[in-house]
Amino acid sequence: MPRGRLIYVPFWATYVFLYTPIIVLVVMSFNAGKSPYVYEGFSLKWYAELAGDDTVRNGLVNTLIVAAGATVLSTVLGTLLAVGMARHSRSRLLDALGLLPAVLPDLVVGLGLLVFYATIKMTLGLHSVILAHTVFGMAFVAAVVRTRLTHADTSLEEASRDLGASPLATFTRITLPTLAPGIAAGALLAFTLSLDEFVIAFFTAAPTEPTLPIVIYSMVRFGVTPEINALATILLAVSFTVIIVAQRMTRLTETLT
Amino acid sequence: MSRTRYTRRLPAAAIAAGLVLALAACGGSDSTSADGAAPSAATDQLNPNADLTKQSLDITIWDGYSPKDLPQRVKSKLGFDVKIAIHDTNEAAMARVATNTDSGIDVAFVSGQYAQALNEQGLLEPLHPELIPNLANLYPEASQLSFDKGNKFSVPYTWGTTGICYRTDLVKAPPTSWNDILTPPDDLKGKVTMMTTERWLALPALKALNYSINTTDDKQLAQVKESLLKAKQWGMLYDDTTFGAKLEKGEAAMVEAWDGWCPTTNPKIKFMVPKEGSDLWSDTMVIMKTSKNKEAAHAFINFILDPAVHSWVAENILYKVPNKAAMDLVAQNDKELLEKNAPLKMTPAELLKGESIIDLGEASAKYTRLATEISAQQ
Amino acid sequence: MAGPSTGRPSRRSRALRPLAARLVFLGPGLGFLIVFLLVPLALMMSYTIFRRGRFGGVVYEATAENFGRLFDPLYFDIVLSSVRTAAVTTLIALLVGYPTAYVIARLPRRWKTIALIAVVLPFWTNFLIRVYAWVILLSGPGLVNETLTGVGLIDKPIQFLYNEGTIVTGLLYSYLPLMILPLYAAIERLDPQLREASANLGARPARTFASVTLPLTVPGVLTGCVFVFVPCLGNFVIPEILGGGRSIMAGNLIRDQFLKARDWPFGSTLALAVIAVLIVLLFLQAWASRAYGGTEGRRA
Repeated sequence: MPRGRLIYVPFWATYVFLYTPIIVLVVMSFNAGKSPYVYEGFSLKWYAELAGDDTVRNGLVNTLIVAAGATVLSTVLGTLLAVGMARHSRSRLLDALGLLPAVLPDLVVGLGLLVFYATIKMTLGLHSVILAHTVFGMAFVAAVVRTRLTHADTSLEEASRDLGASPLATFTRITLPTLAPGIAAGALLAFTLSLDEFVIAFFTAAPTEPTLPIVIYSMVRFGVTPEINALATILLAVSFTVIIVAQRMTRLTETLT
Repeated sequence: MSRTRYTRRLPAAAIAAGLVLALAACGGSDSTSADGAAPSAATDQLNPNADLTKQSLDITIWDGYSPKDLPQRVKSKLGFDVKIAIHDTNEAAMARVATNTDSGIDVAFVSGQYAQALNEQGLLEPLHPELIPNLANLYPEASQLSFDKGNKFSVPYTWGTTGICYRTDLVKAPPTSWNDILTPPDDLKGKVTMMTTERWLALPALKALNYSINTTDDKQLAQVKESLLKAKQWGMLYDDTTFGAKLEKGEAAMVEAWDGWCPTTNPKIKFMVPKEGSDLWSDTMVIMKTSKNKEAAHAFINFILDPAVHSWVAENILYKVPNKAAMDLVAQNDKELLEKNAPLKMTPAELLKGESIIDLGEASAKYTRLATEISAQQ
Repeated sequence: MAGPSTGRPSRRSRALRPLAARLVFLGPGLGFLIVFLLVPLALMMSYTIFRRGRFGGVVYEATAENFGRLFDPLYFDIVLSSVRTAAVTTLIALLVGYPTAYVIARLPRRWKTIALIAVVLPFWTNFLIRVYAWVILLSGPGLVNETLTGVGLIDKPIQFLYNEGTIVTGLLYSYLPLMILPLYAAIERLDPQLREASANLGARPARTFASVTLPLTVPGVLTGCVFVFVPCLGNFVIPEILGGGRSIMAGNLIRDQFLKARDWPFGSTLALAVIAVLIVLLFLQAWASRAYGGTEGRRA
């Protein structure tokens, strides 16, 4: 290691930079005053207000529906695609196509779908967001599952095939169980990405069925109610819990496998 | 090799083609049913005795622009469900209803010139006055708005003018002219905002130069651009949605504002119309041609025009409504409100002195370009 | 986010897999991608040769005017200046991210995990709220101004908000983790013996860094740069919230062509131009990775 302590300056600066805004958000969410800038004492009133906010609740429900739907679709399609790409194809073009949604700017994906939905005159709704989120969700699931596949031992699969099992049987009996942790990780990733996705949802959601990020966007645009801080704090607490749980789970699976 | 590659890709291609076809077929059948229903409904075929409880409405409107309990009240009075979508600007609303996607929106609240543009695109249902008896409550002037004389496709929901909203304690001299916004004293720089929606971005400069707010003259627009670029150079900020809050917090001292968005309930905040004059804007209700609930849409508009409903707007968000019965009710209920909020007292005759913003068709691209030029300037 | 390492399936080439298997595994996903990604992109691409209708529809007569408009100084400068903003953000992210990733990679295992999670955690809260937090921090009566006036550094609040610097701050805040993670992965993979050997041969730390560590981590650097640069270029929310309506980036321009000007053909052309820039970048990245990292490059 370079002997200079100097290298620790950017290291700590990074964390100060990353966490100052978050700490401010959390502190201000307990602010008794109405000003978003000046702390005037402890209060839970913004949480109460948030709990009574139908728009936010509606957005949250929509987001959960979209994330659940997109996760299921992404997981099924992404897993099949990963197995197909790793075991039944050698096309590099296909590899590139599978990764494309993860590399393209979300703006382009969102606008492309807007144009597409308009052309086929599809009525927008939660389903249009679910399909849109599946586009990138699937790419991430496929990527995660493939990593697992390439590290997996193929001898069992080969044995199964040599013993005359059909590809489908080999898949369900051998491949799928080996892949389970990868699939779970991919699904979790697709779910969290969908929860927070704004740009693509912005272009593909029906106006009356906004997802939570869209609701937050209009809250931010109209300024500055401390309710946003309370919402941020809750979201933060939830993601923190999810990360801890996921961390424990992967450690568990690691020790099991 | 090439042959194996080909066969290897074939199945995928076949499936993909099948999916595309299936999807196109779904989409196709969807669109034909919509197209099939729309023209017949468009030509005066509404059923005045339709069972409204079988219909439901999706409307798009600005946040906080209608009573929170509106859906419940409509449900109990008229028997159908109303779902509300929020838009933050006219452009956002237009993006929803004018992008060829069936957004599902039945009734949209947009400003007059946008209603005009929608109508010229053939996206609006001509109104059926016989289904809106409460139109009689409107001021006669309300059917004289130049974007839609005679209320053929739009019903004005609110109207007003654009002016300067300012903090009496933060400005040394009260503003009198649009130039006070465009070239404020040094101590106010960084505390002045203008609106970014194209036509209202150009308005202060156009009026300061004594031009029409509907001008399409390139020389005049070039002068406007120069004036706006100068304003940006000294640090003009742009805000369409939160200028009222900024004034109240003291982050801004003087802003271009619509009369109703100027928080005049705060005793330190005043609204004035500059001496060069201003516009007459109107936010309107329109019914989309794609709506499958046109009877309910008419009933909804009629319900809004009920004085007891429409007066909510004036009493709660301090916008004038072009509804004589409703304004009379406000005067009767709450004399003090009118005394405290000067803009509410403007009469229709005074309002009509303002110039109506109309849609400029092809030439509106000039204003789009102007707005882009201003925001691109570093 | 890291791409899959493409392991060559061993001895897999002996026979053509049954058609049915490929159909079952590749068909659904591929079909989905074709319908919901390639067809939409192709549609956008086809719009680029048409003209905007009077009220925003598309007139289907072929024209090249959209491509001409790309070089209209107005639009060209906007795209150029957002490329610059994105590049500045990427550079700062690299300068801050590299030492951070370096320190993390050298931490004891337990702390390493915590430090990594701490980098990613802010990334898991809502993106818009994270950006909005900077408005609270930097505004006139906000924390930064309060602190500065409090310690007497300034006597009047400074207007930090609403300029290019704020936009870069917001972009950096949003995408810094995307720089740190691939850098960490690259540095972590380094064989510590290489550095030791270099040190034993008498090289000073700075020299070891310049001639051993840095070249071997180039693929990670490039991946991180692409990960940061791409979303910066397409962003339209940050300029809107932190730019005070005073700045416009390529993302805003494209979005506005679709939603405000309702000029789909030109909006599609702009979007295509951005994709073209990105494709060039990706090729550069792949090429440089291979040139520097040898086999490691395939992993980036």
